[in-house]
Amino acid sequence: MSVDSVFVHKMWNDNELSKMVKGGVPYAMMSDAGGKVGTIYGIYDEVGGVETRGRFIIDPDGNVQGYEVLTPPVGRNVNETLRQIQAFQLVRNSKGSEATPSGWKPGKMTLKPGPELVGKVWEVWTTDKAFD
Amino acid sequence: MPEEMKIGCARPTGGPVGDNIKTEQKEKPIESKKEEIMIKVGQKAPDFTAPAYQKGKFINVKLSDYLGKWVVLCFYPGDFTFV
Repeated sequence: MSVDSVFVHKMWNDNELSKMVKGGVPYAMMSDAGGKVGTIYGIYDEVGGVETRGRFIIDPDGNVQGYEVLTPPVGRNVNETLRQIQAFQLVRNSKGSEATPSGWKPGKMTLKPGPELVGKVWEVWTTDKAFD
Repeated sequence: MPEEMKIGCARPTGGPVGDNIKTEQKEKPIESKKEEIMIKVGQKAPDFTAPAYQKGKFINVKLSDYLGKWVVLCFYPGDFTFV
């Protein structure tokens, strides 16, 4: 979503993005003239008249699970967004019985929060796991 | 004479020049800015509708139509802005 019109979105997709992604952008390129939606999401830059790089993960109930906002010159890390979605999905499927520690990715160990784990995380999880 | 602009990753914009009377009026939208509260995690994402372009068609998107699915909502400064 940006403040550009849907017509500019079409031109950008058809003339440039479709040369980077086969078949063009598959998802909806939304238009937010005046930044009205960006304003309620807290990411619209009134001075510049543009949206900043806000990214929101919304779960199937319509709740925001996470967000990230960057200034324009720095691009996002798509893999990190996918990792977060996978983590939120795991937690949701476990109905909250599991939690994903720092550096978690699919296949790595999760934590099962409960009275027995209090003060014992050091026995099952080491800080090097946050970096591998 | 117009000067050549330095182009960055935000869309270049202009604004009124001189005549400071208008800047006083501009304080009104800034007041509304105070009401802005950043989204809180764990709480409902504000619903909205927006016109969109998708796969050759112009459509109208409503966020709540995507209930039941995981949604990634991405904002960006502008089409053709490099990053």
